[in-house]
Amino acid sequence: MTIDQLINWIPFGADWPATTFFIAVLVCALIIFIFIAAYALTAIYGEVKISSFMQDKVGPMGQGVGFHTGKFGLLQPVADALKLLLKEDIIPALADKKLFIMAPFVVFIGAFISFAALPFNQHTIVADLNIGIFYILAVGSLSVIGIILAGWGSNNKWSLYGGMRSAAQIVSYEIPAGLSIVTVIMLTGTLSMQGIIEFQTGTIWGIFPNWIIFNNPFSFIAFFLFFISGVAECNRTPFDIPEAESELVAGAFTEYSGLRYAFFFLSEYAEMFVVSAVATTAFLGGWLSPVSGYFEGPVWGLFWFMGKSLFLVFVMLWFRWTFPRLRVDQLMSVCWKVFLPFTLVNIFGVAIWSLIVG
Amino acid sequence: MGVVHGDLMTLNIGPQHPSTHGVLRLRVKTDGEIISEVEPVIGYLHRCFEKHCENVTYEQVIPYTDRCDYIAAMNNNFGYAVAVEELMDLHVPDRVEHIRVIVSELNRLASHLLALGTFGLDVGAFTPFLYMFRDRERILDLFEVLCGARLLYNYIWVGGLSHDFPKGFEEKIIDFLDYFEPQLDEYNGILTYNKIFIERTADVGVLPAEVAISYGVTGPNLRGSGVKWDLRKDDTYSIYEQFDFNIPVGTGTVGTVGDCWDRYYVRMLEMTESIKIIRQAVKALPSGDVHQALPKKIRPPKGSVYKRTESPRGDLGYYIESDGSPVPYRLKMRSPAFTALSVMGEIASGWMMSDVLAILGSLDIVLGEIDR
Repeated sequence: MTIDQLINWIPFGADWPATTFFIAVLVCALIIFIFIAAYALTAIYGEVKISSFMQDKVGPMGQGVGFHTGKFGLLQPVADALKLLLKEDIIPALADKKLFIMAPFVVFIGAFISFAALPFNQHTIVADLNIGIFYILAVGSLSVIGIILAGWGSNNKWSLYGGMRSAAQIVSYEIPAGLSIVTVIMLTGTLSMQGIIEFQTGTIWGIFPNWIIFNNPFSFIAFFLFFISGVAECNRTPFDIPEAESELVAGAFTEYSGLRYAFFFLSEYAEMFVVSAVATTAFLGGWLSPVSGYFEGPVWGLFWFMGKSLFLVFVMLWFRWTFPRLRVDQLMSVCWKVFLPFTLVNIFGVAIWSLIVG
Repeated sequence: MGVVHGDLMTLNIGPQHPSTHGVLRLRVKTDGEIISEVEPVIGYLHRCFEKHCENVTYEQVIPYTDRCDYIAAMNNNFGYAVAVEELMDLHVPDRVEHIRVIVSELNRLASHLLALGTFGLDVGAFTPFLYMFRDRERILDLFEVLCGARLLYNYIWVGGLSHDFPKGFEEKIIDFLDYFEPQLDEYNGILTYNKIFIERTADVGVLPAEVAISYGVTGPNLRGSGVKWDLRKDDTYSIYEQFDFNIPVGTGTVGTVGDCWDRYYVRMLEMTESIKIIRQAVKALPSGDVHQALPKKIRPPKGSVYKRTESPRGDLGYYIESDGSPVPYRLKMRSPAFTALSVMGEIASGWMMSDVLAILGSLDIVLGEIDR
């Protein structure tokens, strides 16, 4: 269901086009917001339970009678969310109030509007833009502005550190992430998300799915470069230096509490999903079934898309509970001295490959 | 284009900060990420330990020693008991000596686990910390069985022990060691040889041997710099000369001798040696009465003593001046963590923000002992 179909479906659409458009956008936004909230609660539950499993502890458990956290601690994320909603909203006296209030929303908007171009299955996409993947990369970097605002507006040295680190990191890792996507675009010849997925239909030699990751050796490397850069863009371990809790307390988010903090939290999880979804679309065949010709259709499409994306989200959680954290200069040198040359060679390689094979 | 002049920013790390290992405040001058000056500010946990000791009897000092280095309370009890016994010229039964060695080596394991785990946390590795705490918990459980306390034991008394081993306790210790020895490989797998961990700690915060000696740094921090100095061998006390164990030193396996990784790895190797000592001591444990030599009233003769023992953090010295009364005239504690922290300004300047906290973590300080 694209937004255009929604507009056509509304009966009075032709008479008041502006109102219709506004209503359609609101409906889509509401659906996405509910999706993000539901996904974030699931991911938080997954994170605590998976980390417990990896760290040899039990995690949230429901025990006894009464309002505890439910069976297997299933209500833990609800309790967490409720706690954040009910907390006192503190704005430091010396903070730059406007920036301080604005920052969480700017960060959240960056993650939120990326969802508009994610193809959940054959039909479910808010808008199949002809520049879809470019759009996602572009709005994804909005969050850096929010983090700088948070870092500066909090009037706290730790926040400032976190903000500056984050700015340097996200801006740097945009480049390898973008250049890895360029290899995909060179193969598919389109920037549209659905177009990229349609390119990946069929099989290689009748067995392997014709996904871009399996297309050629260069796109295989490009997937890992993109995914690691994506992890860095989400500020997840081992690249979580902007909010390194043992160094910077909580980085740019140090002074935030309650609902404002919840927005940062929500956008971090949303960004993780966006990066995973883009990696899924660009390299892992999006909503396509891994067995060509079987398990196809809209519901299966949604299943495959969510399954692949959530698996990549799981890998990010796995990283977090396994690796130590890099230092800020090591992070930068990995980006500029390793990833960037690799992606450039990749682009060159893909060009030669398509010239010879394609 | 003119030259841009920037002032250094003064930043207070602590006293409330997630990774200062207690209430330590580091006053640092920073130029962006680069730290140009580090000055530890201490005293937030000062509880007048030494002054208190002048007003309580010799027996009553022991619970206070627990609270100095609360991570390794057994070793603190041990050091104090050995010092007072030397002052009184008191000899304790063989069984007591063996049990003292066993519990203090167990406590060394617990202390090193905490040191390594929190060091991992300082460089961002969360999971090894929980693995190590899981195993430290087992040691604390053993101590709970032994004396009822999990952190502050008041177990080793002057002239003896508060309790004998409970029935079947030796088997419990051996069971624990059998479980624990393979875990060391797991730690090595998840943390020690992790590429990112090595990147973060190798060649960082190098403490040259001569600097370490001139500051009086001791224990694993000194051995990490390649100096083979361990009081259990070099100025032996109790019955340590009966046991066969090695003294691991830093060799600069992945970086320079005396870097953070070496200090970390020396502790890892020391755990293996402690396990060896405990196994030998349990095997040779004689029977007897642990209360046999316990004096009714501790009244050391007029005089003074300075006795140092090897705590998990280094040379733990007690200077005791006695005027013949049941209370010490003066008691001074030489704290190994204090000297370790004093070297911080020397080795941490010029490193980056993240490195400073890694260096602090690698020194394994306990503020309870520094501030006393």
